[in-house]
Amino acid sequence: MDLQLTSEQEMIRQVAREFADKELLPTAAHFDELQEFPTALWKKLGEMGMMGLLIPEEWGGAGVDTVSYVLALEEIARGNPALSTAMSVNNSLTCYGIWKFGTTEQKRKYLIPLAQGQKLGGYCLTEAESGSDAAKMRATATLQGDKYLLNGSKMFITSGISGHIYLAFAVTDKTKGSNGISCFIVEKSFPGFKVGKKLDKLGMRASDTTEIIFENCEVPVENLLGNEGEGFKLALQLLDGGRIGIATQALGIAQAAYEFALQYANERQQFGHKIYDFQAIQFMVADMATRIEAARLLVHKAASQRDQGKSVGLEASMAKLFASETAMKVTTDAVQIYGGYGYIKEYPVERYFRDAKVTEIYEGTSQIQRLVIARNLLKSLAGTH
Amino acid sequence: MDFQLSEEHQLFQNTVRDFADKEIAPKALYYDKNHEFPWENIKKMAALGLLGVPYSEEWGGAGGDTLMYAMAVEEISRACGSTGIILAAHTSLGSAPFYLFGTEEQKRKYLIPLARGEKIGAFGLSETNAGSDAAGTRTTAVLDGDEWVINGSKNWITSGSLADTVIITAMTDKNKGARGISNFIIEKGTPGFTYGKNEEKMGLRASVTSQLFFDNCRIPKENILGQPNDGFRQFMQILDSGRISIGAMALGIARAAYEAALRYSTQRHQFGRPISDFQAIQFKLADMATQLEAARLLIYQSAWLKDKKLPFSKEAAMAKLFASEVGERACHQAIQIHGGYGYVEEYHVERYYRDIRLCEIGEGTSEIQRIVIARLLLRELKNQ
Repeated sequence: MDLQLTSEQEMIRQVAREFADKELLPTAAHFDELQEFPTALWKKLGEMGMMGLLIPEEWGGAGVDTVSYVLALEEIARGNPALSTAMSVNNSLTCYGIWKFGTTEQKRKYLIPLAQGQKLGGYCLTEAESGSDAAKMRATATLQGDKYLLNGSKMFITSGISGHIYLAFAVTDKTKGSNGISCFIVEKSFPGFKVGKKLDKLGMRASDTTEIIFENCEVPVENLLGNEGEGFKLALQLLDGGRIGIATQALGIAQAAYEFALQYANERQQFGHKIYDFQAIQFMVADMATRIEAARLLVHKAASQRDQGKSVGLEASMAKLFASETAMKVTTDAVQIYGGYGYIKEYPVERYFRDAKVTEIYEGTSQIQRLVIARNLLKSLAGTH
Repeated sequence: MDFQLSEEHQLFQNTVRDFADKEIAPKALYYDKNHEFPWENIKKMAALGLLGVPYSEEWGGAGGDTLMYAMAVEEISRACGSTGIILAAHTSLGSAPFYLFGTEEQKRKYLIPLARGEKIGAFGLSETNAGSDAAGTRTTAVLDGDEWVINGSKNWITSGSLADTVIITAMTDKNKGARGISNFIIEKGTPGFTYGKNEEKMGLRASVTSQLFFDNCRIPKENILGQPNDGFRQFMQILDSGRISIGAMALGIARAAYEAALRYSTQRHQFGRPISDFQAIQFKLADMATQLEAARLLIYQSAWLKDKKLPFSKEAAMAKLFASEVGERACHQAIQIHGGYGYVEEYHVERYYRDIRLCEIGEGTSEIQRIVIARLLLRELKNQ
């Protein structure tokens, strides 16, 4: 066991931290208020190599390991959680999916611009009536000549407006259940691709979330990712990495709220003392820091284990469950420490509080994480008999 | 960054686990029920080198590191909490002070037999009116010619009445408060050193917890540890490391409870199914496993930092605080999963619940841990 970061990992974290301090923290409230995606900042992240961190350089990425990726993502989430959503989806799901399962031609055409930050990626799995139960999706893809025709609609799609290239899941063989689902690389410019209305959200308001509608959307056969019927398996595999990404986001949100709360508690005076002098406040802050430290270790362990090529289903779920619930608790307490000011938009903690909530929901709710964890535990018990 | 244990550490962990399963666990219920000190366990651990894990061979130790020591406490505590606390108190409190602050002569005389497990060590800090607030220490030490004269008493001292050596804190300069405390080495049998009765405790009932009395107890001048009035700094350092082991102890006990609950949930049938089929039970198990995994990482991290000679006070306090609180919760839930059987001693989980409760109190209560953490966070803020 050696928990020391390499100098490269340290450097990536430092670069991301400075960028977050200089460019993201000062502007995050503005983009939240306007519900506007910070396109120029996304472009800068692209130039810094942050949109394809895990992707080898030959495919336009930075070619770093998962530990470096989570170090960078935590800092970006600390600076602007909504931007980190687009970053996480682009890195963990779209880029990683095409790199892992795509053909050389698919990588040349789609991966390079996504990893370089010229194009922004999305991921269309969830539907209005199929969330946790992803296998029950209704969207279909029918082969007609050299094209698949996609029909149906997808719900809660991150970067629905700002994005350009999506991995979309649809049923190609109804008789096979989850083995009848396939994955496609879909460009927004394809005929029949329609963006539904922008959803008005509690948090992550600078990240645009929409419905996506496919009306005989024409997808060339060569845009099938992997083989027909492999979509569901592929989605589950991507979610392991995706969950590490969301856990990291939650960690960055919690860290930011904690830093603001610690700072404020040492400025605010009541009863002739700064409020940090009171054990009531000290204990909240000590609990925040302890839980954050534990969450960070779970995230880093999942990331480093992934770098060693081991399966991380259990570790990623534990990290996501614990980190997202930590983010919710820490941001709640940060608002409490700020008192009345915490409830007001001029102070940053109410935004982190709103942003934290979705980390307990997307890429598998906390309840789904507990099911995944319990299944793994019971399986490992069965293995010992 | 690599969380993978080295082969050496894995081998060590497996060895201690097998030993604890075979030699320690089967009699844990018996020792607890009879309030009997597990001498047999002590002898067996000594033979394996477990009573001096983190000390070099030169001083009678096993030549391991802090991480191995934490693993040893975890595995032994998983089998028997009482034996776990005896091991932790003997090592972190009873012998580490010699290793850290002792002279060559003191190490030769005291550390070697302690590390080899030929003798048992204890440490006396708490008093009736001085626990978290060491400045309230009333025991005094006055130099009289070539001897220190000790007067006062100590409370809740693990292995106190049977230890061969006890290191105690005593005031040498009352005007300086906590900074006027020194640490002294008291040998068993010294005239003026007597014991009260062993405490009847909620848990860890096979471990001995004693009150110590000092009535004009005279010890040689050289039996001071380090310099006069350096006791506070010394025991703060001792407690930093001790917290890693209490965290490990909590983790070990909680793991035993979790493992029992997981196993039981697949065997117990209700409504025609094993209760592990129900989400109500699955969610408890998932939370237990997740929190224990996080606790383990906090403990391993602080051990690793200590071995690297990096600052670890904050991390050790976090590890102890978190592991003892989530561990207590896990034991609580293990009883819940066992239902009526969980309330009955044969099923062990009620013992785990009683045993783990100490981990939120001993070597600094959870409240003291939070104060320590909050103070260190403030220092970080100011250094930015």
